[in-house]
Amino acid sequence: MVTRLTTPLTDDAVAGVKAGDEVAITGILYTARDAAHNRMIETLRSGEKLPFDIKGQIIYYVGPTPPRPGQAIGSAGPTTSARMDPLTPPLLEAGLKGIIGKGGRSVAVREALQKYKAVYFAAVGGAGALLAGHIGKAEIVAYEDLGTEAIRMLHVEEFPAVVVNDIYGNDLLEQGKAEWRREVPLPG
Amino acid sequence: MREISATAVKETVAQLCQEANYYLPDDVRAALEGARKKEEAPRAQKVLDMVLQNAELAARNRVALCQDTGTCVVFLEVGQDVHIKGDLHKAIEDGVSKGYKTGYLRSSMVRQPFSKRLNTGDNTPAVIHTEIVAGERLKVTIMPKGGGCENMSRLVILKPGEGREGVINFVVRAVEESGGNPCPPVIVGVGIGGTADHVMYLAKRALLRKVGEHHPDPEVAELEQELLNKINATGIGPQAWGGRTTALAVNVESFPAHITALPVGVNLQCHSARFKTAEL
Repeated sequence: MVTRLTTPLTDDAVAGVKAGDEVAITGILYTARDAAHNRMIETLRSGEKLPFDIKGQIIYYVGPTPPRPGQAIGSAGPTTSARMDPLTPPLLEAGLKGIIGKGGRSVAVREALQKYKAVYFAAVGGAGALLAGHIGKAEIVAYEDLGTEAIRMLHVEEFPAVVVNDIYGNDLLEQGKAEWRREVPLPG
Repeated sequence: MREISATAVKETVAQLCQEANYYLPDDVRAALEGARKKEEAPRAQKVLDMVLQNAELAARNRVALCQDTGTCVVFLEVGQDVHIKGDLHKAIEDGVSKGYKTGYLRSSMVRQPFSKRLNTGDNTPAVIHTEIVAGERLKVTIMPKGGGCENMSRLVILKPGEGREGVINFVVRAVEESGGNPCPPVIVGVGIGGTADHVMYLAKRALLRKVGEHHPDPEVAELEQELLNKINATGIGPQAWGGRTTALAVNVESFPAHITALPVGVNLQCHSARFKTAEL
């Protein structure tokens, strides 16, 4: 079963999904990765306003390839989330409700997700050509000088992802490993 | 003595950069299809389906398989009877620049990585490995190497007494600790022997072998199979969402080592295992 989510995410929507759930997201995603995170954290530290209203929003960790003429965006799959771990809790505190990336998160991020009631999703890494098909429009909203790392507003439809960390402290990566681990390897 | 023009090298490199990024190699696709048939975890089956569908879409639309079009790693085999008319390394850099800029590929290289991190704008410089070989041909291989998997590389100099078991523990742990970061199912490149620098080169070069082909030395081939079985027993699975398919292959390259040392290097390759070769 696939849970349909629309942005901005409400507290009810966030409470309604659990680790392992498949979701299809429709609405707006904001792109940000390493360089944009550094700038946003600096902005928050200096007490200034972020370049977009982050409350209830989803950040997608992606640095797309340039679009061919007539396309909204190039290849656009998730990047490794762990690099953003130290920069994530302040954004959750500021009202961020969802994140899409790939791979696992630190204990500190998982605790912050529980504390601020937000969800960490993963999309399939290395499926950038496929995921781009769910993105109808892409507009730069901040840090244009960062090129692929600029903050973009993506209009997405039925964007496929799974819940990795929910607000209840569950972790899909731990669950998956526990379920499929073999103590004795199969031969061949 | 055969003469090859630098312009021919440049044009070949530009084309290889694009083809490597749009088209998944046949052996990798076949390995993914084989894994899909054997995979038991429903979520893992879906991931493998999406990855295969992604390869079809990328090829059809000439769009990068992955947005991370990598550091451009170049393997050159230069025949000792070849004369390059012009500057060989400049021809390669020019080819990478042209291939990435005209192919809608991402430029991911940043200058002065410890401070300003300014994007070079055309994905140069490439990382170039040059070998002089017999003959009068020039062989060029382009490997766009993504950051997610490259960043999970590991190096250790084991004590000789740690032996085969030490190697196995180190390699399996490297894959376990990498979790979903390198985009499993991965191809595991393992170098054994040589020096600290050479063992990492061996690990990377091991990734150029076709998926499913074992090392010709039966003892090395047996080590590869045991590593693959152990890695696929971890339960990590595609994207680390749980499953049987954590690695598609383990390729080991072994080289003699100093009497004091047992160097082991691990270089992971994501499922989007891209490379393309041409001979001039």
